[in-house]
Amino acid sequence: MNMDAASADRGKPLPALEGLAGEFYRWGAQGELRFQRCSGCGRYRHVPRELCAHCGSPKWVWEGSSGRGKVFSWTVVERPLHPAFAGDAPYAPVIVELDEGVRMLSRVLDCAPDELSIGMAVEVAFSRVTDELYLPCFRRSEV
Amino acid sequence: MRRGMQREMLRDKACIVGVGETPFCRKPGSGLSEMGIQLRAALAAIEDAGLKPADIDGIMPFPNVGKAEAFAAELGCTSLRFAATLHMGGAAPVASLRAAAMAVATGVADHVLVPGGWNGFSGARVRETAANDVNSIPGGGIARDFYLPFGLTAPPQWYALMARRHMHEFGTTEKQLGAVAIAMRRHAQLNPAALMHGKPLTMEQYLASPMISSPYRLFDCSLETDGAAAFVVTSAERARDLRRDPVFIMGAAASQPYPADEICGRPDFHRIGLTTAAPEAFRMAGVGPADVDFAQIYDCFTFEVIQQLEEAGFCARGEGGAFVEDGGIELGGRLPVNTHGGLLSQAHVLGIAHVVEAVRQLRGQAEARQVAGAEIGVVTGWGDFGDGSIAILRR
Repeated sequence: MNMDAASADRGKPLPALEGLAGEFYRWGAQGELRFQRCSGCGRYRHVPRELCAHCGSPKWVWEGSSGRGKVFSWTVVERPLHPAFAGDAPYAPVIVELDEGVRMLSRVLDCAPDELSIGMAVEVAFSRVTDELYLPCFRRSEV
Repeated sequence: MRRGMQREMLRDKACIVGVGETPFCRKPGSGLSEMGIQLRAALAAIEDAGLKPADIDGIMPFPNVGKAEAFAAELGCTSLRFAATLHMGGAAPVASLRAAAMAVATGVADHVLVPGGWNGFSGARVRETAANDVNSIPGGGIARDFYLPFGLTAPPQWYALMARRHMHEFGTTEKQLGAVAIAMRRHAQLNPAALMHGKPLTMEQYLASPMISSPYRLFDCSLETDGAAAFVVTSAERARDLRRDPVFIMGAAASQPYPADEICGRPDFHRIGLTTAAPEAFRMAGVGPADVDFAQIYDCFTFEVIQQLEEAGFCARGEGGAFVEDGGIELGGRLPVNTHGGLLSQAHVLGIAHVVEAVRQLRGQAEARQVAGAEIGVVTGWGDFGDGSIAILRR
């Protein structure tokens, strides 16, 4: 696990900080995990979209998340298939299901890949990449 | 008109009348351009049909490996009337088979060529697409913004997330994944054209192979290959005049998971394109999974075979692991799958060789691997984040 300030220097792919994705990551740079919440039906959603697929509403707000969730699935990458991640192996992309019901791809920090399990409780922990970009990762939590 | 009647309108209206393949190779590579290797397969398919290249008036190239204009110019197709590419990754060839059937059944075109191939070994590797051209991976900006920064970059990693969850919910095991790899490898021993011909695989060897992206080991992954294949579709009426016994398209459909451009948040995590497409195709065909003599299932990785068998209705969701065990998908088993060896042990040429093999089985040309008395067969495609296509074929 090696997601530190040097990430950008090693050529790791970065999100384009524009549009709705840019808004998502700008909250992250302030240390906040927020998801779109539909103003029509109240559902949270991720990844960001223009419309609520449930009720069709184009209105939404960025609502703060509890940051708490559970591991939904994961894979341990033993053989990286992108050169920028060659030094990270083994590492584990993880799907986390948040208490708000949304799922997101992330990583669990400070957790050896062989300790991961489905249902493991986690809480958000931002990982700094640059001053403008903090990736929402997770750590094991007690609950 | 009733919707059910509309669904049946395409049944038996179109046929596959020609198939062709190049040799499959890895080292040192084909020595041909990607267009050159595809043209050789295309010429073989046209010749097999008893047609001339100028007879082709419809072309459906695979995404990102060639344009219809270039195929038409190379082949001398002076009267192209129909050209389209369906952006469904490995689901494109069978989805194109359906679209080609629609085109010839309605008179939009008379002879539609569906080619595909690549220098998948000696050229750019699909596994590295994200590093080479992020815009060409499924999901586009979503993958760029929400997957790649966390190191989720390549197909075995995307699909491993699905396999892991399935193992958790249904108890699917590593050995059941291995059973898929071993079945494909056994079939390859009967196919001299298969890259893994002469190289059998045991469960011990499977379990000892290095992990790529868990639960996927090396032998869960398909063979990046230099090679190409092609087929030609025409109307049932026209097919009567051609050289080969036609293979009829009884039913065909293509669909996508929801949402198709994002894996993690799917309300039903196990639903794929085939979940929607397979019932539609079987309704159109007027037969069910139990009537099928063999299935050529797009096997980019082992678990995708299990998942597609479930979602296509050959068994219930969660029962695919047991279905593939104990020789269940081998020749002589309950449903022979990928009798040519598949992408896992024959060659990965974008799924078109699955169509070629289905046609050979229904023509009775599959030699040592022939399914005795095969009358009805299924072929599927899988692409991008779970797009799916399926055709039900008969002799």
